Amino acid sequence: MAHKVFPREEYLLKGHAACPGCGATLLLRHVLKTLGPDTYLVIPACCTSVIAGPHPRSAFKVPVLHIAFAASAAAASGMSEALEKLGKKGNVVVWAGDGGTVDIGLQALSGAAERGNNIIYICYDNEAYMNTGIQKSGSTPYKAWTTTTPTGNPGHKKDVPSIMAAHGIPYVATINPAYPNDIAAKLKKASNMHGLKYIHAFSPCPPGWRYDPALTVKIARLAVETGIWILYEVENGVFRLTGPSARLIEKRNRRPVEEYLKLQGRFSHLSKEDIEAIQSSVDQRWEEIASLVKQ
Amino acid sequence: MSRLLLTGNYAAAYAVRDAEPDVISAYPITPQTPVIEKIADFIDGGELNAKFVRVESEHSAMAALIGAAGVGARTYTATSSQGLFYMYEVIWWASGARLPIVMGVVMRALGPPWSIWSEHTDFYALRDSGWNMLVASSAQEVYDFTLLSYRVAEDTSVLLPTVVGWDAFEVSHTYEPVELVEKSKVKGFLPAKGSWKPPLDAQDPASLGNLAYPEEYIRIRHEMRKATERALGVIEAALKHFSIVSGRQYSFFECRHCEDADTIFVVQGSIYGEVLKAVEELRSEGVKTGVMKLWLYRPFPYKAVSRALEGAKRVVVLARSSVFGSFSPLGADVSSAINLSGGDQKVFDVVLGVGGVDVKSSDIVSIYRMVASGGERTFWWVR
Repeated sequence: MAHKVFPREEYLLKGHAACPGCGATLLLRHVLKTLGPDTYLVIPACCTSVIAGPHPRSAFKVPVLHIAFAASAAAASGMSEALEKLGKKGNVVVWAGDGGTVDIGLQALSGAAERGNNIIYICYDNEAYMNTGIQKSGSTPYKAWTTTTPTGNPGHKKDVPSIMAAHGIPYVATINPAYPNDIAAKLKKASNMHGLKYIHAFSPCPPGWRYDPALTVKIARLAVETGIWILYEVENGVFRLTGPSARLIEKRNRRPVEEYLKLQGRFSHLSKEDIEAIQSSVDQRWEEIASLVKQ
Repeated sequence: MSRLLLTGNYAAAYAVRDAEPDVISAYPITPQTPVIEKIADFIDGGELNAKFVRVESEHSAMAALIGAAGVGARTYTATSSQGLFYMYEVIWWASGARLPIVMGVVMRALGPPWSIWSEHTDFYALRDSGWNMLVASSAQEVYDFTLLSYRVAEDTSVLLPTVVGWDAFEVSHTYEPVELVEKSKVKGFLPAKGSWKPPLDAQDPASLGNLAYPEEYIRIRHEMRKATERALGVIEAALKHFSIVSGRQYSFFECRHCEDADTIFVVQGSIYGEVLKAVEELRSEGVKTGVMKLWLYRPFPYKAVSRALEGAKRVVVLARSSVFGSFSPLGADVSSAINLSGGDQKVFDVVLGVGGVDVKSSDIVSIYRMVASGGERTFWWVR
């Protein structure tokens, strides 16, 4: 069915420098196919700064502004205002990692959201600083191994989509590379709205999460089916589950979270109690979701 | 030609109004605030058709202008001191990306301890960034140099951002008569909008700032260096043109009583007036001194500077910047200029007026007596 949704035209070109099985690249390919050629990418320091390939070549068939780590939402704000003033059309899209979004870039993102600058901001969340070699970020899950949390992360993943929804922006959504049609639907919707649209993307990372690159889509799908990653959108303040997540409110419909965890080396040190703790936090999150949906 | 009573900050805002930028982005900091408040008034009052991005930090102010200039907008921001340092990372991004952004810096001391008063340390911190740097010592110069900045920055042989610095309060909040340039003449003086090709365009996609391997990196940075060398000629031509549209003559620096001077003071900014007064007092005693007001700081016009200082025995650099463990940036620049040109004048590097301390002509006379008696070559003047 994907072939009916997406054009044949590629904007992410062959020869890019991503690792085999890179979830971010799979996401970006479908994002660009959806948004088309009138798209300006703003990319802070992240894996995609390298994936783009070295000067003077570029792996992208759209204009790209590479910008300093904390600066992407602000650079995109100025760009979208300038395009409007100059009478030029174009989607201004920030494509940033989790470190550049939930940590160092959060202030600029919050400012752009409050101002209502006309931007699609996409955070591809591979749950650590992968480009610098797997260091813990504010988006690293509880107990996950990283090179700066060698015995597992003692903190909990920051819920940035909820923070963005609390800004009262027109659109917040989550996406996952295993569900390209859902990506297309959400990006199309976002591109037709004015203001800051925030998209949080699940982005599996074989070298960082310690799994076989062939398993990227399987892990992405398991993340949704176990309920640890929830597909939803918040459109003008109204919360709605989307795709397969819509039928997962009943616990019996969800797979045990262990099925997702056991495929990844970053969770290989987890005890039975750790896994139970993660399962119960997932279940608790779904109870909150259930009350949101009922409202 | 209209003549208004303006502070340095308002003069900047009027120049911005007359240059008609497309996007302004700024964050408030004392003593820069009247610049951006006046610009906001111009926009809301319909005198300037521009977007104003009211950002949440200076880092974002410069980043917003990088995004805007990247797609071809004419831009402006202003800041000061701590704000400039918070912005520092992206200041280098702007020049490296070769974007003709124009910025005003109300030069103010850095904390701690907190100080809101004049000092040039913040401004000098940009000296290696590739920005063209001009120092205004009056409200008139703030207006003129801001217009000049757009002309130089957007010249297709330069394409480097440009900053104008002026002293906190002594210039920023002091009212002086300022002659504006007629709008139609400003239009003729500045490059036409769209005369430079923006690097980012969906019709002709390219990447700006892509990873560069070492051989490419040094080539790209060397291009920047060559642009700063070309900028001197561009500024010279622009000043000729500016004298026609404004009736005001500028060269890279202003030298008073330098022709037969044994001792020449080199200064930047608002202390120039008191130094000139001291020079005239000393001359009345028969002491041959002169003063060079060096408003063009980057690119540093070192050949012209050393030529103008050739006849002196002593060159006394009066730098209003905190410096620890070495020479003031201005002192080091002047000393290098003389050395590289084969001069053998004795250079003195004097730090004064730090943190807004008032500099009086009597201070300069005292400093003269110290250096004339062969004192320390580098020192702070603290009363």
